[in-house]
Formats: sequence, C-alpha cells, structure tokens
Amino acid sequence: MSILISKDTRFIVQGITGREAVNLTRENLDYGAKIVGGVTPGRAGRDVYGVPVYDCVRDVVEAHGQIEGSVVSVPPRFTKDAVFEALENGIQLIVVVTENIPRREVAQMVELANLRGARIIGPNCLGMISPEEAKMGGVGGPAANTRQAYAKGHIGVMSRSGGMTTKIASTLTAAGLGQSTCVSIGGDAIIGTTYAELMPLFEADPETHAIAIYSEPGGRMEAELAEWIQANNSRLPVVAFMAGRFMDEMKGMRFGHAGTIVEGKEDTTTEKIKRMEAAGISVAERIEEIPALLRKRLEEV
Amino acid sequence: MRFYEYEAKALFRKHRLPLGAGEVVNSADEARAAFGRLAGPAVLKSQVLSGGRMKAGAVKFADSADEAAAHFDAILPIVVKGESARSILIEEKSPVAQEYFVAITWDGRRKQPVLVFSDMGGIDIEEVAEKHPDHVSKTHFSSILPLTPRIAKEAIGATGVGGSALNKLTPIVFELMKIFLEYDLTLAEINPLARLENGQFIVLDGHIDMEAEARGEHKALLDELGIGDDETRQARPPTEFELAGARVNAVDHRGVAGNVVEFDGNLGLVIGAGGGSLTLFDAVRKHGGKPANYCEIGGNPSVGKAKELTKLILSKPGVEKIAVMMNVVSNTRVDIVARGVVKGCIEAGKDPAETIAIFRIPGAWEDEGFKILEKYGVEYCDRSVSMYDAAGRAVAKMA
Repeated sequence: MSILISKDTRFIVQGITGREAVNLTRENLDYGAKIVGGVTPGRAGRDVYGVPVYDCVRDVVEAHGQIEGSVVSVPPRFTKDAVFEALENGIQLIVVVTENIPRREVAQMVELANLRGARIIGPNCLGMISPEEAKMGGVGGPAANTRQAYAKGHIGVMSRSGGMTTKIASTLTAAGLGQSTCVSIGGDAIIGTTYAELMPLFEADPETHAIAIYSEPGGRMEAELAEWIQANNSRLPVVAFMAGRFMDEMKGMRFGHAGTIVEGKEDTTTEKIKRMEAAGISVAERIEEIPALLRKRLEEV
Repeated sequence: MRFYEYEAKALFRKHRLPLGAGEVVNSADEARAAFGRLAGPAVLKSQVLSGGRMKAGAVKFADSADEAAAHFDAILPIVVKGESARSILIEEKSPVAQEYFVAITWDGRRKQPVLVFSDMGGIDIEEVAEKHPDHVSKTHFSSILPLTPRIAKEAIGATGVGGSALNKLTPIVFELMKIFLEYDLTLAEINPLARLENGQFIVLDGHIDMEAEARGEHKALLDELGIGDDETRQARPPTEFELAGARVNAVDHRGVAGNVVEFDGNLGLVIGAGGGSLTLFDAVRKHGGKPANYCEIGGNPSVGKAKELTKLILSKPGVEKIAVMMNVVSNTRVDIVARGVVKGCIEAGKDPAETIAIFRIPGAWEDEGFKILEKYGVEYCDRSVSMYDAAGRAVAKMA
C-alpha cells in the first residue's frame, strides 16, 4: 500500500498547456499515472499527449465523472482561483506546483480546502510518488530517471525541497531501502500539509515502517512534528537530515526557499535538532548516513 | 521586506489611524525648523530597519529647537547593528498614561493570521507573555470570511480591557487587521499604541513587513512611499557584489543564476538549487572550506547567465577557485552550465583546469557536458560521488 496516491488515482492537470505542465504530464503518464483531463481556459478541444483539454474543471468532471486529484501548474497570479475551482468541483487532493504565491493567498486556499474536507500539497513543491504505482507532479523528472531513483518499499519520505526528495529516495534505493510514498511538501512559509499532518496517514499505512525527512531552517514545522510524535506515541522511527546549518548565524536572510529564513531562536537548525532529538528523531549529519540510521532504528523496533 | 517607521506611519495615516504630529528631517536646520512647527517637546528617532535604536542612543528627547538640532547631529552618525540612519523622524512627545501592544502576523502552523494584543505595551512582548500571560491574548482569524470588528473586540477584552478604552481601541485594531490582509503583510505591529493623559489614543511606533512575493501587486503603494524596486530590505542592505549578482540574473528570463549572497571566504561557489544549495554550502563548511558566496542556479539558465555569474564570482578579491556543484538535474542541462562556467573562466583570463576545483553536476545532457570539461582538463564527477564528497575534493584543493 501507500498513502495519498496509488495507480488508480485519477487526476487532472490545471494549466496543462504550459511548458512545465506539458513535461510533467508526459513524465506522469510515462510513469503510469491516470490523467483524465487537463484545463487551460480557451484551449478546449486540444490534447496534450492524448489528454483532452477543457476550459473549466466543471467540464472535465461532467465528461469523466468525479475526479480525485489535480496538479495545479499555473502562474502565481492565477493559482488561488485555480485551486478554488478545483475545490468547488469536489476535487479532494490538490498538488500546487507554482511558487512565489503570497502567504495570504496560500492561507485562503488552505482555509477553503479545510472547509471542503480536501487536502493541498504544496505550494512550491514537486508533488508525490508511490514508487512503481504512480506519481503526481514533477518529482523525479522523466519516468526513466524516476525508475532509477525510486523503488517500492517501506520508507515514507517527506521533504521541504523537491530536488532533495529524489536525492533522499535515490540514496535509500541504492542502499536497498525502498519507499512507500515520497512527498515533496513544499518550501513556503505556509503549506497545505506539514510533516505532522502527514504522519497519521503514514502511521495508518501498514506498508510504511519508518520515515525519512529533509528539513531546513525557518518555521515551526519540525517542532510540530516532534510534538506530534511525542503526543501520539508513534510506532514509526524517524530519521531527519537538516540542511542550512550555516543559516543560524544569518538571521533575517532568506536562502533557497521562501520559507527558509531564521527569524527567532526557535527556527534555527540548532533548536530544531534539539527538539527533534528530544522526541526520539535521529538527525543525520550527511544524507549518506540516512540508510544506516534507518536500519539501526528499524532493528530496535 | 521591512518598512522604515516613517513609511509604516505614512501607510497608517493613509488609513486614518491616529498619529501625533511629526515629520522626516534630513539636516540639523530642518530639525530646528520642524521643532518650531510642533506644539511642545519632541522626540527624534533614527530611521533604521533594525531594532535596538533606543539602546544604541539613537532616540533622544528635545525641549528646544537648539536641542533638536544638536540631537539631529548626534543621532545621524550612530550605526545601529551595522546600519546607518536613512533620516531622522521628529515627532511631538505627548504625556502617556498607558501603553498597549498590537501585532498581526501569520501562524504557519494554524495557517491563519494571528492577532496578538496586550495592555502591557512598550516592552518586550515575549517577556510579557511569559510573566503575565493573562495580559496577552492571541486570536486567530479567517482569511476568507468577511473581516468584522468583533474579533478585535474579543482580543482586546481578553486582556481585561473594558469601558471606553475597549471602544476606542477596537476600531484601531480592526483597521490594522484590514491593512494586514489588504497589503499582503507578514507583520503589522503597533507598539506602543498609547493612551495619552488627555484620553486620546495614538500610534507611537509601528513595524510593517510586506511579503516580497507581493511587491508587484502593491506597486502603487510602494511608489507612493518611494520604495524602489532595487531595495531588497532584507536583514542587511545588499552589497555591491550582491547587486551585481541580481543584474546577472536579470540578463535574460531563462532559468535562475543569481540569488547571490556575499561571504568572506576564498572558494567561489556556483551551486544549485534550493535544498541542494543549502546542503552543499554546509558540506563545504563541514570540510573546513571558506565559501566566498552563496548562489543558486536552476531552471536551465542560459550559457550567458552561467558565464556572467562565473565571471562575477571570480572578480571578487581573494577568490582563487570555484566549485561548480548541484544535485542531480533533470531540467537544467549539464552541458549548458559546463559551457557557461568554462567560458566565464576564459573571459576572466583564467585557466578553467586550474580555476574550477570540481565540477559535480550529474543528470540531463551530462555526457555532452563532461566532454566539454574533459577538453579543458577540468576535474568532474558524476552521481557516484556524493555532494558531500565533491565538496571535500574542492576544499582539499584550496590548501
């Protein structure tokens, strides 16, 4: 099993005729995804690699019945409306690829998603993959590369960086550790789904035996994860890699992602590592240490 | 991006928040003249983006025009946390009966705006929250439901404030909430918000941070306030080197080769992208290396952009070599970056083989890229060498 997506997940791509969305559609189809339609206003009647294009999400739903997911890849100014459109047409799982969306708009999308009982992954993310089943978003790049980097197995991966999602998965794969589902959660200050919010899903998935995460300075997401693990007496061992340690001395400067900024003591890497270790999370100094740490933790279970 | 106090107050004034009389002055003579237009004693405040003005002695009180002029001369040269004053704000100093604190920011965990209010303003709010938790309220509110004053009323009331103070504070706090959402702010703070001895409520000091991503959306306001596109308003002003990095990135719209941050080491870095840059920078330091800069390349930049970035980094005094490293790429083309950095070295009058300590970018078009590097004798490696070990090789060459 896996979480969030499987080979049966039917989804659409909003903004499907954009350059990046065209590549993403191709890569996802090649990996086995069921993309039933795409949306670009004014382009109805065309197709992208055989995927029919519609003007509105409503039209796709009318033609194909209820759809579970959508990948939103439209310019920042139009993203909020695209997400609202997906939500108001009953779509329950939305991956927002777009970056540079102001926090207010992200908060608005998340609030409407909560009202509709739906989930947003991202923004500023590469989506997710359940290896050898399906992927939804640009994670892993072309299907051939994705097959090299990702293998089916029992490690759940969560990452604030899209590229590092694949880096961690390929390190695990090379060490003989496959993955259940890998989620690029997004690099912004406010995101639809945090580590702690994905934990109950992994916890409920019998195929997931341990978790690997990629984390960064900025925000309270790691503290939230530590609290969740302690409060819920989680069965899953967690190994974290913390990047951006140099930023502890660079208060107020942004590096890498929009959400990666040290504003106070609590969001330094030193403080985050302290909190995670107190919650029983093993923190790796190097990415290459993650497989051995996971093995060690899995033997203790 | 942070606003200066005088800019924050200009925004407040536009929204009819109550403010005392005051003006921005740029010379001792202007300070003297401004004092004459105020009704009584004045306060002169250095206009800097960072906090800690008071401690640094950059806030002074004047009882006469001569004193105001003398204080101007005393305050202007004071450097607060590495930052020089942009100008001086001179304002009427009114007798204060009580100070309040109000701030709105985003709560990334609740994913909603949070309104923080206290009837113990003027001092460090964290300290108040710790020692007098019943005097601080935190109230989350919706970013999609219509905004109404009752949220402000509840937040104020929760700290024990009632009577006419409650009724006078509510519209001020409510207006600040509206300003916060309307302008895509990440912080809207009034501290202190004062009740004067005459019963009037006024804003004494304010902080505004606007989301960098929303600058385009609010260009009209920024123009009105005179905030230029070139002002980054990060924690410190950009260096010449960083501004040059921004110009390199603006050469064309293809990909990113910029986000340059200056450090004082000797190893130039051409690295990418988001998470990869952070990981590689840490790795260089872990091996004892001293980075000359941070930067980001990604999204398949043009040869010209990679070349100009390389030349810029090599032009920095003390930079002897560069390390060109990325996580596995699928969108960015290895051969394009390789061609760019090699050209950059040559145009800078340097031998690529000597100058490029290591080239570690595996992924799309890597065979074509490695062929170019081989031709110029540059040491390169593929994905079988980890980012960490590649950084180690580069640092070893600096010894």
